[in-house]
Amino acid sequence: MTDVPPTDALAIKRPFRWHILVFLAPAFLVYTAIMILPLVETLRLSLYNLVDGKTVFVGLNNFITLFSDPRLAANFWNALWNNLIFFVIHMLVQNPIGVALAAMLSVPKLRFATFYRTAIFVPTLLSFVIVGFIWKLILSPIWGIAPGMMDWVGLKWMFAPWLGKPESALITVSLISVWQYVGIPMMLIYAALLNIPDEVLEAAECDGITGWSQFWKIKLPLILPSIGIISILTFVGNFNAFDLVYTVQGALAGPDGSTDILGTLLYRTFFGFQNQMGDRSMGATIATVMFLIILAGVSLYLFVIQRRIRRYQF
Amino acid sequence: MAKARTSYLRSGLIHLALISYTLIALFPVFLTLVNSFKTRNAIFREPMAIPTPSTFSLVGYETVLKQGDFIGYFQNSLIVTVVSIALVLLFGAMAAFALSEYRFRGNLVMGLYLALGIMIPIRLGTVAILQGMVAAGLVNTLTALVLVYTAQGLPLAIFILSEFMRTVSDDLKNAGRIDGLSEYAIFFRLVLPLVRPAMATVAVFTMIPIWNDLWFPLILAPGEETKTVTLGAQMFIGQFVTNWNAVLSALSLAILPVLVLYVIFSRQLIRGITSGAVK
Repeated sequence: MTDVPPTDALAIKRPFRWHILVFLAPAFLVYTAIMILPLVETLRLSLYNLVDGKTVFVGLNNFITLFSDPRLAANFWNALWNNLIFFVIHMLVQNPIGVALAAMLSVPKLRFATFYRTAIFVPTLLSFVIVGFIWKLILSPIWGIAPGMMDWVGLKWMFAPWLGKPESALITVSLISVWQYVGIPMMLIYAALLNIPDEVLEAAECDGITGWSQFWKIKLPLILPSIGIISILTFVGNFNAFDLVYTVQGALAGPDGSTDILGTLLYRTFFGFQNQMGDRSMGATIATVMFLIILAGVSLYLFVIQRRIRRYQF
Repeated sequence: MAKARTSYLRSGLIHLALISYTLIALFPVFLTLVNSFKTRNAIFREPMAIPTPSTFSLVGYETVLKQGDFIGYFQNSLIVTVVSIALVLLFGAMAAFALSEYRFRGNLVMGLYLALGIMIPIRLGTVAILQGMVAAGLVNTLTALVLVYTAQGLPLAIFILSEFMRTVSDDLKNAGRIDGLSEYAIFFRLVLPLVRPAMATVAVFTMIPIWNDLWFPLILAPGEETKTVTLGAQMFIGQFVTNWNAVLSALSLAILPVLVLYVIFSRQLIRGITSGAVK
Protein backbone atom coordinates (compact mmCIF):
# COMPACT_ATOMS: atom_id res chain seq x y z
CA MET A 1 0.00 0.00 0.00
CA THR A 2 1.59 3.25 -1.08
CA ASP A 3 0.46 6.84 -1.26
CA VAL A 4 -0.21 8.08 -4.76
CA PRO A 5 2.47 10.60 -5.63
CA PRO A 6 0.86 13.99 -6.30
CA THR A 7 2.14 14.06 -9.89
CA ASP A 8 3.61 11.32 -12.05
CA ALA A 9 7.17 12.13 -13.00
CA LEU A 10 6.89 11.25 -16.68
CA ALA A 11 6.56 14.56 -18.50
CA ILE A 12 9.34 14.07 -21.01
CA LYS A 13 9.24 15.46 -24.56
CA ARG A 14 7.80 12.90 -26.92
CA PRO A 15 6.02 12.69 -30.30
CA PHE A 16 2.35 13.62 -30.50
CA ARG A 17 0.38 10.91 -28.75
CA TRP A 18 -2.54 10.16 -31.06
CA HIS A 19 -3.98 7.54 -28.74
CA ILE A 20 -4.93 10.24 -26.23
CA LEU A 21 -7.02 11.93 -28.92
CA VAL A 22 -8.59 8.63 -29.95
CA PHE A 23 -9.50 7.83 -26.33
CA LEU A 24 -11.05 11.24 -25.73
CA ALA A 25 -12.74 12.02 -29.05
CA PRO A 26 -15.98 9.97 -28.93
CA ALA A 27 -16.96 11.08 -25.43
CA PHE A 28 -15.93 14.66 -26.15
CA LEU A 29 -17.94 14.93 -29.39
CA VAL A 30 -21.20 13.39 -28.15
CA TYR A 31 -21.04 15.31 -24.90
CA THR A 32 -20.29 18.66 -26.53
CA ALA A 33 -22.93 18.40 -29.24
CA ILE A 34 -25.83 17.06 -27.18
CA MET A 35 -25.16 18.55 -23.77
CA ILE A 36 -22.85 21.54 -23.66
CA LEU A 37 -24.01 23.50 -26.71
CA PRO A 38 -27.71 23.37 -25.71
CA LEU A 39 -26.77 24.36 -22.15
CA VAL A 40 -24.71 27.29 -23.38
CA GLU A 41 -27.74 28.34 -25.40
CA THR A 42 -29.79 28.30 -22.18
CA LEU A 43 -27.25 30.41 -20.28
CA ARG A 44 -27.19 32.85 -23.20
CA LEU A 45 -30.97 33.07 -23.10
CA SER A 46 -30.85 34.34 -19.50
CA LEU A 47 -29.28 37.55 -20.79
CA TYR A 48 -32.04 38.13 -23.34
CA ASN A 49 -35.70 38.98 -23.05
CA LEU A 50 -38.68 39.73 -25.23
CA VAL A 51 -39.19 43.47 -25.72
CA ASP A 52 -42.02 44.43 -28.05
CA GLY A 53 -42.07 40.91 -29.49
CA LYS A 54 -38.35 40.90 -30.31
CA THR A 55 -35.60 39.11 -28.43
CA VAL A 56 -33.06 41.68 -27.30
CA PHE A 57 -29.98 41.67 -25.10
CA VAL A 58 -30.89 42.97 -21.65
CA GLY A 59 -27.73 42.23 -19.68
CA LEU A 60 -28.42 41.30 -16.06
CA ASN A 61 -31.93 42.75 -16.01
CA ASN A 62 -33.53 39.32 -15.73
CA PHE A 63 -31.51 38.61 -12.59
CA ILE A 64 -32.41 42.00 -11.12
CA THR A 65 -36.09 41.22 -11.78
CA LEU A 66 -35.77 37.78 -10.18
CA PHE A 67 -34.38 39.17 -6.94
CA SER A 68 -36.42 42.40 -6.73
CA ASP A 69 -39.89 41.43 -7.94
CA PRO A 70 -41.71 40.62 -4.66
CA ARG A 71 -43.55 37.54 -5.94
CA LEU A 72 -40.63 36.06 -7.89
CA ALA A 73 -38.14 36.72 -5.11
CA ALA A 74 -40.41 35.20 -2.46
CA ASN A 75 -40.92 32.10 -4.61
CA PHE A 76 -37.23 31.80 -5.28
CA TRP A 77 -36.09 32.05 -1.65
CA ASN A 78 -38.83 29.68 -0.57
CA ALA A 79 -37.71 27.13 -3.16
CA LEU A 80 -34.03 27.55 -2.26
CA TRP A 81 -34.74 27.11 1.47
CA ASN A 82 -36.89 24.03 0.85
CA ASN A 83 -34.18 22.62 -1.39
CA LEU A 84 -31.63 23.11 1.35
CA ILE A 85 -33.81 21.20 3.84
CA PHE A 86 -34.31 18.50 1.21
CA PHE A 87 -30.53 18.16 0.88
CA VAL A 88 -29.85 18.18 4.65
CA ILE A 89 -32.39 15.38 5.18
CA HIS A 90 -30.66 13.31 2.50
CA MET A 91 -27.23 13.85 4.02
CA LEU A 92 -28.41 13.06 7.55
CA VAL A 93 -30.65 10.09 6.74
CA GLN A 94 -29.85 8.60 3.35
CA ASN A 95 -26.06 8.53 3.44
CA PRO A 96 -25.55 7.24 7.01
CA ILE A 97 -28.14 4.50 6.38
CA GLY A 98 -26.39 3.67 3.10
CA VAL A 99 -22.99 3.39 4.78
CA ALA A 100 -24.42 1.34 7.66
CA LEU A 101 -26.14 -1.09 5.29
CA ALA A 102 -22.98 -1.47 3.21
CA ALA A 103 -20.89 -2.07 6.34
CA MET A 104 -23.29 -4.78 7.52
CA LEU A 105 -23.46 -6.39 4.07
CA SER A 106 -19.70 -6.58 3.80
CA VAL A 107 -19.33 -8.61 7.00
CA PRO A 108 -17.49 -11.75 5.84
CA LYS A 109 -19.53 -14.94 5.40
CA LEU A 110 -22.83 -13.19 6.07
CA ARG A 111 -25.64 -15.44 4.87
CA PHE A 112 -28.26 -14.06 2.48
CA ALA A 113 -26.09 -10.98 1.83
CA THR A 114 -26.87 -11.18 -1.88
CA PHE A 115 -30.57 -11.32 -1.19
CA TYR A 116 -30.51 -8.30 1.14
CA ARG A 117 -28.45 -6.27 -1.26
CA THR A 118 -30.70 -7.10 -4.19
CA ALA A 119 -33.87 -6.34 -2.23
CA ILE A 120 -32.69 -3.07 -0.73
CA PHE A 121 -31.67 -1.80 -4.16
CA VAL A 122 -35.10 -2.48 -5.69
CA PRO A 123 -36.70 0.92 -4.86
CA THR A 124 -33.83 2.71 -6.59
CA LEU A 125 -34.78 0.99 -9.83
CA LEU A 126 -38.36 2.19 -9.79
CA SER A 127 -39.42 5.25 -11.71
CA PHE A 128 -40.74 8.37 -10.02
CA VAL A 129 -44.09 7.67 -11.61
CA ILE A 130 -44.32 4.41 -9.69
CA VAL A 131 -42.76 5.59 -6.43
CA GLY A 132 -44.83 8.76 -6.31
CA PHE A 133 -48.06 6.95 -6.96
CA ILE A 134 -47.45 4.07 -4.55
CA TRP A 135 -46.56 6.34 -1.66
CA LYS A 136 -49.47 8.62 -2.35
CA LEU A 137 -51.73 5.58 -2.07
CA ILE A 138 -50.05 4.27 1.09
CA LEU A 139 -50.15 7.60 2.89
CA SER A 140 -53.64 8.40 1.71
CA PRO A 141 -56.20 8.46 4.55
CA ILE A 142 -58.77 7.06 2.08
CA TRP A 143 -57.03 3.74 1.52
CA GLY A 144 -55.89 3.60 5.10
CA ILE A 145 -52.73 1.50 4.79
CA ALA A 146 -50.57 3.79 6.89
CA PRO A 147 -53.11 4.45 9.67
CA GLY A 148 -54.03 0.75 9.69
CA MET A 149 -50.41 -0.27 10.19
CA MET A 150 -49.84 2.33 12.87
CA ASP A 151 -52.92 0.99 14.64
CA TRP A 152 -51.16 -2.38 15.00
CA VAL A 153 -48.40 -0.80 17.06
CA GLY A 154 -50.77 1.52 18.90
CA LEU A 155 -49.61 4.68 17.20
CA LYS A 156 -52.74 5.49 15.26
CA TRP A 157 -53.15 8.83 17.06
CA MET A 158 -49.88 9.94 15.47
CA PHE A 159 -51.16 9.50 11.95
CA ALA A 160 -51.86 12.62 9.94
CA PRO A 161 -52.25 13.25 6.22
CA TRP A 162 -48.57 14.16 6.11
CA LEU A 163 -48.45 14.96 2.42
CA GLY A 164 -51.35 17.38 2.78
CA LYS A 165 -49.99 19.45 5.67
CA PRO A 166 -47.63 22.32 4.87
CA GLU A 167 -45.45 21.66 7.93
CA SER A 168 -44.85 17.96 7.24
CA ALA A 169 -45.15 17.66 3.45
CA LEU A 170 -41.53 18.55 2.65
CA ILE A 171 -40.12 16.12 5.21
CA THR A 172 -42.42 13.37 3.94
CA VAL A 173 -41.40 13.91 0.32
CA SER A 174 -37.72 13.98 1.34
CA LEU A 175 -38.08 10.69 3.21
CA ILE A 176 -39.79 9.09 0.20
CA SER A 177 -36.82 10.22 -1.86
CA VAL A 178 -34.44 8.79 0.76
CA TRP A 179 -36.35 5.50 0.67
CA GLN A 180 -35.93 5.40 -3.09
CA TYR A 181 -32.27 6.34 -3.30
CA VAL A 182 -30.59 4.72 -0.30
CA GLY A 183 -29.40 1.95 -2.65
CA ILE A 184 -26.94 4.23 -4.41
CA PRO A 185 -24.69 5.10 -1.44
CA MET A 186 -25.06 1.49 -0.29
CA MET A 187 -23.74 0.08 -3.58
CA LEU A 188 -20.88 2.57 -3.94
CA ILE A 189 -19.68 2.07 -0.37
CA TYR A 190 -20.14 -1.69 -0.66
CA ALA A 191 -17.92 -1.81 -3.75
CA ALA A 192 -15.35 0.35 -1.98
CA LEU A 193 -15.37 -1.91 1.10
CA LEU A 194 -14.87 -5.00 -1.07
CA ASN A 195 -11.89 -3.35 -2.70
CA ILE A 196 -10.02 -3.17 0.60
CA PRO A 197 -7.42 -5.95 0.38
CA ASP A 198 -7.65 -8.79 2.88
CA GLU A 199 -4.00 -8.27 3.87
CA VAL A 200 -4.83 -4.85 5.27
CA LEU A 201 -7.66 -6.26 7.37
CA GLU A 202 -5.56 -9.25 8.45
CA ALA A 203 -2.78 -6.92 9.50
CA ALA A 204 -5.30 -4.92 11.51
CA GLU A 205 -6.56 -8.10 13.16
CA CYS A 206 -3.01 -9.10 14.07
CA ASP A 207 -2.74 -5.76 15.81
CA GLY A 208 -5.95 -6.56 17.70
CA ILE A 209 -8.10 -4.07 15.81
CA THR A 210 -11.42 -5.78 15.13
CA GLY A 211 -15.14 -5.13 14.89
CA TRP A 212 -16.21 -1.55 15.51
CA SER A 213 -12.80 -0.05 15.93
CA GLN A 214 -11.68 -1.80 12.73
CA PHE A 215 -14.51 -0.09 10.88
CA TRP A 216 -13.75 3.36 12.30
CA LYS A 217 -9.95 3.18 12.20
CA ILE A 218 -9.21 1.11 9.08
CA LYS A 219 -12.18 0.89 6.74
CA LEU A 220 -13.67 4.35 7.10
CA PRO A 221 -10.46 6.21 6.15
CA LEU A 222 -10.08 3.91 3.14
CA ILE A 223 -13.62 4.55 1.87
CA LEU A 224 -13.50 8.33 2.43
CA PRO A 225 -13.05 9.06 -1.29
CA SER A 226 -16.25 7.12 -1.98
CA ILE A 227 -18.10 8.99 0.77
CA GLY A 228 -16.90 12.20 -0.85
CA ILE A 229 -18.30 11.06 -4.18
CA ILE A 230 -21.70 10.14 -2.76
CA SER A 231 -21.93 13.45 -0.90
CA ILE A 232 -21.35 15.46 -4.04
CA LEU A 233 -23.69 13.22 -6.04
CA THR A 234 -26.38 13.77 -3.40
CA PHE A 235 -25.83 17.51 -3.53
CA VAL A 236 -26.07 17.69 -7.30
CA GLY A 237 -29.00 15.28 -7.46
CA ASN A 238 -30.96 17.15 -4.81
CA PHE A 239 -30.47 20.56 -6.36
CA ASN A 240 -31.60 19.15 -9.71
CA ALA A 241 -34.51 17.20 -8.25
CA PHE A 242 -37.89 17.70 -9.80
CA ASP A 243 -39.64 14.46 -10.71
CA LEU A 244 -40.63 13.15 -7.30
CA VAL A 245 -42.16 16.42 -6.12
CA TYR A 246 -43.87 16.69 -9.50
CA THR A 247 -45.40 13.21 -9.37
CA VAL A 248 -46.37 13.36 -5.67
CA GLN A 249 -47.46 16.96 -5.22
CA GLY A 250 -47.92 18.22 -8.79
CA ALA A 251 -46.27 21.16 -10.52
CA LEU A 252 -47.59 23.61 -7.91
CA ALA A 253 -45.59 21.72 -5.25
CA GLY A 254 -48.32 22.13 -2.65
CA PRO A 255 -49.69 22.45 -0.15
CA ASP A 256 -49.13 26.17 -0.38
CA GLY A 257 -45.71 25.91 -2.00
CA SER A 258 -44.31 24.02 0.99
CA THR A 259 -42.60 21.37 -1.19
CA ASP A 260 -41.52 23.77 -3.93
CA ILE A 261 -37.87 23.20 -4.80
CA LEU A 262 -35.75 24.83 -7.49
CA GLY A 263 -36.58 22.17 -10.08
CA THR A 264 -40.34 22.62 -9.79
CA LEU A 265 -39.97 26.40 -9.70
CA LEU A 266 -37.93 26.23 -12.89
CA TYR A 267 -40.49 23.99 -14.55
CA ARG A 268 -43.40 26.28 -13.73
CA THR A 269 -41.52 29.37 -14.79
CA PHE A 270 -40.15 27.87 -17.98
CA PHE A 271 -43.19 26.06 -19.31
CA GLY A 272 -45.97 27.91 -17.51
CA PHE A 273 -48.68 26.32 -15.44
CA GLN A 274 -52.43 26.85 -15.35
CA ASN A 275 -52.99 30.58 -15.85
CA GLN A 276 -49.34 31.50 -15.51
CA MET A 277 -47.63 32.00 -18.88
CA GLY A 278 -44.37 30.22 -19.65
CA ASP A 279 -41.41 32.60 -19.62
CA ARG A 280 -38.34 31.26 -21.39
CA SER A 281 -36.05 34.08 -20.34
CA MET A 282 -36.99 33.97 -16.66
CA GLY A 283 -36.79 30.17 -16.79
CA ALA A 284 -33.31 30.41 -18.24
CA THR A 285 -32.44 32.92 -15.50
CA ILE A 286 -33.51 30.52 -12.75
CA ALA A 287 -31.66 27.73 -14.54
CA THR A 288 -28.54 29.90 -14.53
CA VAL A 289 -28.86 30.60 -10.80
CA MET A 290 -29.25 26.85 -10.16
CA PHE A 291 -26.18 26.29 -12.27
CA LEU A 292 -24.19 28.79 -10.19
CA ILE A 293 -25.33 27.24 -6.88
CA ILE A 294 -24.33 23.77 -8.03
CA LEU A 295 -21.07 25.07 -9.49
CA ALA A 296 -20.21 26.59 -6.10
CA GLY A 297 -20.88 23.30 -4.30
CA VAL A 298 -18.93 21.20 -6.77
CA SER A 299 -15.98 23.61 -6.78
CA LEU A 300 -15.87 23.43 -3.00
CA TYR A 301 -15.65 19.65 -3.29
CA LEU A 302 -13.10 19.53 -6.13
CA PHE A 303 -10.75 22.23 -4.91
CA VAL A 304 -11.01 21.99 -1.13
CA ILE A 305 -12.35 18.64 0.02
CA GLN A 306 -11.08 16.25 -2.64
CA ARG A 307 -7.53 17.59 -2.35
CA ARG A 308 -7.45 16.78 1.35
CA ILE A 309 -8.61 13.19 0.95
CA ARG A 310 -5.74 10.72 0.83
CA ARG A 311 -5.98 8.02 -1.81
CA TYR A 312 -4.34 4.62 -1.62
CA GLN A 313 -3.18 2.22 -4.29
CA PHE A 314 -3.33 -1.47 -3.51
CA MET B 1 -16.91 -20.00 23.83
CA ALA B 2 -17.57 -16.41 24.87
CA LYS B 3 -16.16 -15.19 21.62
CA ALA B 4 -18.37 -17.51 19.60
CA ARG B 5 -21.44 -16.34 21.51
CA THR B 6 -20.78 -12.65 20.89
CA SER B 7 -20.25 -13.36 17.22
CA TYR B 8 -23.62 -15.16 17.06
CA LEU B 9 -25.21 -12.20 18.82
CA ARG B 10 -23.54 -9.80 16.44
CA SER B 11 -24.61 -11.60 13.28
CA GLY B 12 -28.11 -11.98 14.74
CA LEU B 13 -28.35 -8.23 15.22
CA ILE B 14 -27.02 -7.63 11.72
CA HIS B 15 -29.62 -9.96 10.26
CA LEU B 16 -32.35 -8.28 12.27
CA ALA B 17 -31.36 -4.84 10.99
CA LEU B 18 -31.04 -6.01 7.40
CA ILE B 19 -34.36 -7.87 7.46
CA SER B 20 -36.13 -4.80 8.87
CA TYR B 21 -34.72 -2.60 6.17
CA THR B 22 -35.49 -5.15 3.47
CA LEU B 23 -39.14 -5.14 4.60
CA ILE B 24 -39.25 -1.35 4.42
CA ALA B 25 -37.75 -1.45 0.95
CA LEU B 26 -40.01 -4.13 -0.46
CA PHE B 27 -43.30 -3.42 1.30
CA PRO B 28 -44.71 -0.81 -1.14
CA VAL B 29 -43.78 -2.98 -4.12
CA PHE B 30 -45.38 -6.01 -2.49
CA LEU B 31 -48.52 -4.01 -1.76
CA THR B 32 -48.88 -2.92 -5.37
CA LEU B 33 -48.29 -6.36 -6.83
CA VAL B 34 -50.65 -8.10 -4.40
CA ASN B 35 -53.50 -5.65 -4.81
CA SER B 36 -53.27 -5.63 -8.58
CA PHE B 37 -54.64 -9.20 -8.48
CA LYS B 38 -57.70 -8.41 -6.37
CA THR B 39 -61.23 -7.19 -6.97
CA ARG B 40 -62.01 -3.56 -6.37
CA ASN B 41 -63.88 -4.25 -3.13
CA ALA B 42 -61.07 -6.38 -1.75
CA ILE B 43 -58.51 -3.70 -2.53
CA PHE B 44 -60.31 -1.31 -0.22
CA ARG B 45 -61.55 -3.68 2.45
CA GLU B 46 -58.48 -5.88 2.93
CA PRO B 47 -55.52 -4.03 1.40
CA MET B 48 -52.93 -6.19 3.18
CA ALA B 49 -54.45 -9.60 2.37
CA ILE B 50 -53.06 -12.02 -0.17
CA PRO B 51 -55.62 -12.60 -2.96
CA THR B 52 -57.87 -15.60 -2.24
CA PRO B 53 -59.99 -17.43 -4.84
CA SER B 54 -62.98 -15.26 -3.88
CA THR B 55 -61.11 -11.95 -4.18
CA PHE B 56 -58.85 -12.86 -7.11
CA SER B 57 -59.41 -10.81 -10.24
CA LEU B 58 -57.49 -9.91 -13.37
CA VAL B 59 -59.84 -7.16 -14.43
CA GLY B 60 -57.15 -4.49 -14.02
CA TYR B 61 -54.72 -6.29 -16.32
CA GLU B 62 -57.45 -6.80 -18.90
CA THR B 63 -58.11 -3.06 -18.96
CA VAL B 64 -54.40 -2.27 -19.27
CA LEU B 65 -53.68 -4.74 -22.05
CA LYS B 66 -56.73 -3.61 -24.01
CA GLN B 67 -55.63 0.01 -23.81
CA GLY B 68 -51.95 0.01 -24.67
CA ASP B 69 -49.14 -1.89 -26.31
CA PHE B 70 -47.09 -2.57 -23.18
CA ILE B 71 -44.89 -5.18 -24.87
CA GLY B 72 -43.93 -2.67 -27.54
CA TYR B 73 -43.20 -0.05 -24.87
CA PHE B 74 -41.03 -2.56 -23.05
CA GLN B 75 -39.03 -3.29 -26.22
CA ASN B 76 -38.45 0.43 -26.78
CA SER B 77 -37.24 0.95 -23.22
CA LEU B 78 -34.97 -2.07 -23.46
CA ILE B 79 -33.35 -0.99 -26.74
CA VAL B 80 -32.79 2.58 -25.58
CA THR B 81 -31.38 1.51 -22.21
CA VAL B 82 -29.04 -1.22 -23.44
CA VAL B 83 -27.58 0.77 -26.35
CA SER B 84 -27.08 3.86 -24.20
CA ILE B 85 -25.33 1.91 -21.44
CA ALA B 86 -23.00 0.24 -23.94
CA LEU B 87 -22.02 3.59 -25.45
CA VAL B 88 -21.61 5.28 -22.07
CA LEU B 89 -19.37 2.48 -20.77
CA LEU B 90 -17.15 2.32 -23.87
CA PHE B 91 -16.75 6.06 -24.45
CA GLY B 92 -16.65 6.82 -20.74
CA ALA B 93 -13.95 4.28 -19.93
CA MET B 94 -11.81 5.45 -22.86
CA ALA B 95 -12.01 9.08 -21.78
CA ALA B 96 -11.47 8.20 -18.11
CA PHE B 97 -8.36 6.24 -19.06
CA ALA B 98 -6.97 9.13 -21.11
CA LEU B 99 -7.56 11.53 -18.22
CA SER B 100 -6.23 9.36 -15.41
CA GLU B 101 -3.29 7.79 -17.25
CA TYR B 102 -1.63 10.48 -19.33
CA ARG B 103 -0.27 13.85 -18.45
CA PHE B 104 -0.84 16.20 -21.36
CA ARG B 105 -1.50 19.86 -21.85
CA GLY B 106 -5.15 20.57 -21.08
CA ASN B 107 -5.68 17.44 -18.99
CA LEU B 108 -7.10 19.32 -16.00
CA VAL B 109 -9.20 21.58 -18.22
CA MET B 110 -10.58 18.59 -20.13
CA GLY B 111 -11.36 16.79 -16.87
CA LEU B 112 -13.25 19.79 -15.51
CA TYR B 113 -15.02 20.28 -18.83
CA LEU B 114 -16.24 16.69 -18.87
CA ALA B 115 -17.20 16.87 -15.17
CA LEU B 116 -19.37 19.94 -15.77
CA GLY B 117 -22.11 17.65 -16.99
CA ILE B 118 -22.44 16.00 -13.57
CA MET B 119 -23.74 19.17 -12.06
CA ILE B 120 -25.96 20.52 -14.80
CA PRO B 121 -29.15 18.70 -15.59
CA ILE B 122 -29.20 18.12 -19.32
CA ARG B 123 -32.86 19.11 -19.13
CA LEU B 124 -31.90 22.77 -18.89
CA GLY B 125 -30.97 22.55 -22.56
CA THR B 126 -34.18 20.85 -23.63
CA VAL B 127 -35.41 23.58 -25.96
CA ALA B 128 -32.13 23.68 -27.88
CA ILE B 129 -31.92 19.87 -27.93
CA LEU B 130 -35.41 19.66 -29.38
CA GLN B 131 -34.52 22.23 -32.05
CA GLY B 132 -31.40 20.23 -32.94
CA MET B 133 -33.30 16.94 -33.13
CA VAL B 134 -35.95 18.52 -35.36
CA ALA B 135 -33.21 19.85 -37.64
CA ALA B 136 -31.57 16.41 -37.79
CA GLY B 137 -34.91 14.70 -38.44
CA LEU B 138 -34.54 12.54 -35.32
CA VAL B 139 -37.77 13.43 -33.52
CA ASN B 140 -39.82 10.36 -32.65
CA THR B 141 -36.87 8.02 -33.11
CA LEU B 142 -35.13 5.93 -30.48
CA THR B 143 -31.81 7.31 -31.80
CA ALA B 144 -32.66 10.73 -30.36
CA LEU B 145 -33.17 9.19 -26.92
CA VAL B 146 -29.97 7.13 -27.17
CA LEU B 147 -27.94 10.22 -28.07
CA VAL B 148 -29.37 12.28 -25.21
CA TYR B 149 -28.91 9.51 -22.65
CA THR B 150 -25.36 8.81 -23.79
CA ALA B 151 -24.47 12.47 -23.35
CA GLN B 152 -26.25 12.51 -20.00
CA GLY B 153 -24.49 9.40 -18.67
CA LEU B 154 -20.95 10.17 -19.82
CA PRO B 155 -19.85 12.78 -17.26
CA LEU B 156 -20.67 10.68 -14.20
CA ALA B 157 -19.21 7.56 -15.83
CA ILE B 158 -15.96 9.37 -16.57
CA PHE B 159 -15.83 10.82 -13.05
CA ILE B 160 -16.36 7.48 -11.28
CA LEU B 161 -14.21 5.43 -13.66
CA SER B 162 -11.25 7.78 -13.48
CA GLU B 163 -11.43 7.69 -9.66
CA PHE B 164 -11.17 3.90 -9.89
CA MET B 165 -8.55 3.88 -12.65
CA ARG B 166 -6.24 5.96 -10.46
CA THR B 167 -6.07 3.01 -8.08
CA VAL B 168 -4.82 0.60 -10.77
CA SER B 169 -1.16 0.00 -10.08
CA ASP B 170 1.30 1.89 -12.29
CA ASP B 171 3.77 -0.99 -12.10
CA LEU B 172 1.34 -3.25 -13.92
CA LYS B 173 0.85 -0.81 -16.79
CA ASN B 174 4.56 -0.09 -17.05
CA ALA B 175 5.26 -3.83 -17.12
CA GLY B 176 2.84 -4.07 -20.03
CA ARG B 177 4.64 -1.26 -21.84
CA ILE B 178 7.99 -2.98 -21.36
CA ASP B 179 6.44 -6.13 -22.86
CA GLY B 180 5.61 -4.09 -25.95
CA LEU B 181 1.87 -3.72 -25.52
CA SER B 182 0.34 -0.75 -27.32
CA GLU B 183 -1.55 1.84 -25.29
CA TYR B 184 -4.81 0.43 -26.69
CA ALA B 185 -3.90 -3.08 -25.57
CA ILE B 186 -2.99 -1.78 -22.12
CA PHE B 187 -6.39 -0.14 -21.88
CA PHE B 188 -8.50 -3.01 -23.22
CA ARG B 189 -6.54 -5.96 -21.83
CA LEU B 190 -5.01 -4.75 -18.58
CA VAL B 191 -7.01 -1.85 -17.21
CA LEU B 192 -10.59 -2.62 -18.28
CA PRO B 193 -10.69 -6.06 -16.62
CA LEU B 194 -9.37 -4.51 -13.40
CA VAL B 195 -12.04 -1.82 -13.22
CA ARG B 196 -14.90 -4.23 -13.93
CA PRO B 197 -16.54 -3.68 -10.54
CA ALA B 198 -16.62 0.04 -11.24
CA MET B 199 -17.99 -0.62 -14.74
CA ALA B 200 -20.82 -2.71 -13.30
CA THR B 201 -21.60 0.02 -10.80
CA VAL B 202 -21.59 2.67 -13.51
CA ALA B 203 -23.83 0.48 -15.68
CA VAL B 204 -26.44 0.23 -12.93
CA PHE B 205 -26.28 3.94 -12.16
CA THR B 206 -26.58 4.79 -15.85
CA MET B 207 -29.46 2.41 -16.32
CA ILE B 208 -31.71 3.83 -13.59
CA PRO B 209 -32.24 7.39 -14.82
CA ILE B 210 -32.54 6.20 -18.42
CA TRP B 211 -35.13 3.54 -17.72
CA ASN B 212 -37.15 5.83 -15.47
CA ASP B 213 -36.95 9.03 -17.49
CA LEU B 214 -40.25 10.61 -18.34
CA TRP B 215 -39.07 13.95 -19.65
CA PHE B 216 -37.23 13.18 -22.87
CA PRO B 217 -39.58 10.43 -24.11
CA LEU B 218 -42.42 12.91 -23.61
CA ILE B 219 -40.67 15.66 -25.55
CA LEU B 220 -38.50 13.86 -28.10
CA ALA B 221 -40.37 10.60 -28.75
CA PRO B 222 -44.01 10.72 -27.65
CA GLY B 223 -45.26 8.74 -30.66
CA GLU B 224 -47.02 5.41 -30.12
CA GLU B 225 -44.17 3.63 -31.97
CA THR B 226 -41.42 4.97 -29.72
CA LYS B 227 -43.16 5.23 -26.34
CA THR B 228 -41.18 3.85 -23.40
CA VAL B 229 -42.66 1.91 -20.48
CA THR B 230 -42.45 4.86 -18.09
CA LEU B 231 -44.23 7.20 -20.48
CA GLY B 232 -46.83 4.55 -21.28
CA ALA B 233 -47.54 3.95 -17.57
CA GLN B 234 -47.69 7.66 -16.80
CA MET B 235 -50.18 8.37 -19.58
CA PHE B 236 -52.23 5.40 -18.51
CA ILE B 237 -52.36 6.54 -14.86
CA GLY B 238 -53.41 9.98 -16.04
CA GLN B 239 -56.38 8.52 -17.90
CA PHE B 240 -57.51 5.99 -15.30
CA VAL B 241 -56.89 7.78 -11.99
CA THR B 242 -60.03 6.46 -10.30
CA ASN B 243 -59.81 2.93 -11.70
CA TRP B 244 -57.59 1.46 -8.98
CA ASN B 245 -57.50 -2.01 -10.47
CA ALA B 246 -56.18 -0.66 -13.74
CA VAL B 247 -53.70 1.73 -12.13
CA LEU B 248 -52.24 -0.93 -9.80
CA SER B 249 -51.95 -3.35 -12.74
CA ALA B 250 -50.23 -0.73 -14.89
CA LEU B 251 -47.80 -0.01 -12.05
CA SER B 252 -47.11 -3.73 -11.63
CA LEU B 253 -46.44 -4.11 -15.33
CA ALA B 254 -44.03 -1.18 -15.17
CA ILE B 255 -42.26 -2.70 -12.14
CA LEU B 256 -41.93 -6.31 -13.33
CA PRO B 257 -39.63 -5.78 -16.36
CA VAL B 258 -37.26 -3.69 -14.21
CA LEU B 259 -37.17 -6.40 -11.58
CA VAL B 260 -36.41 -9.08 -14.19
CA LEU B 261 -33.74 -6.93 -15.82
CA TYR B 262 -32.23 -6.22 -12.42
CA VAL B 263 -32.13 -9.87 -11.35
CA ILE B 264 -30.26 -10.70 -14.57
CA PHE B 265 -28.05 -7.68 -14.18
CA SER B 266 -27.30 -8.10 -10.49
CA ARG B 267 -25.64 -11.48 -11.16
CA GLN B 268 -23.23 -9.63 -13.45
CA LEU B 269 -22.88 -6.87 -10.91
CA ILE B 270 -22.02 -9.23 -8.09
CA ARG B 271 -19.64 -11.27 -10.21
CA GLY B 272 -18.01 -8.02 -11.33
CA ILE B 273 -17.66 -6.76 -7.79
CA THR B 274 -16.23 -9.96 -6.35
CA SER B 275 -14.01 -11.23 -9.17
CA GLY B 276 -12.73 -7.89 -10.35
CA ALA B 277 -11.51 -6.70 -6.99
CA VAL B 278 -7.78 -6.15 -7.17
CA LYS B 279 -6.29 -8.35 -4.53
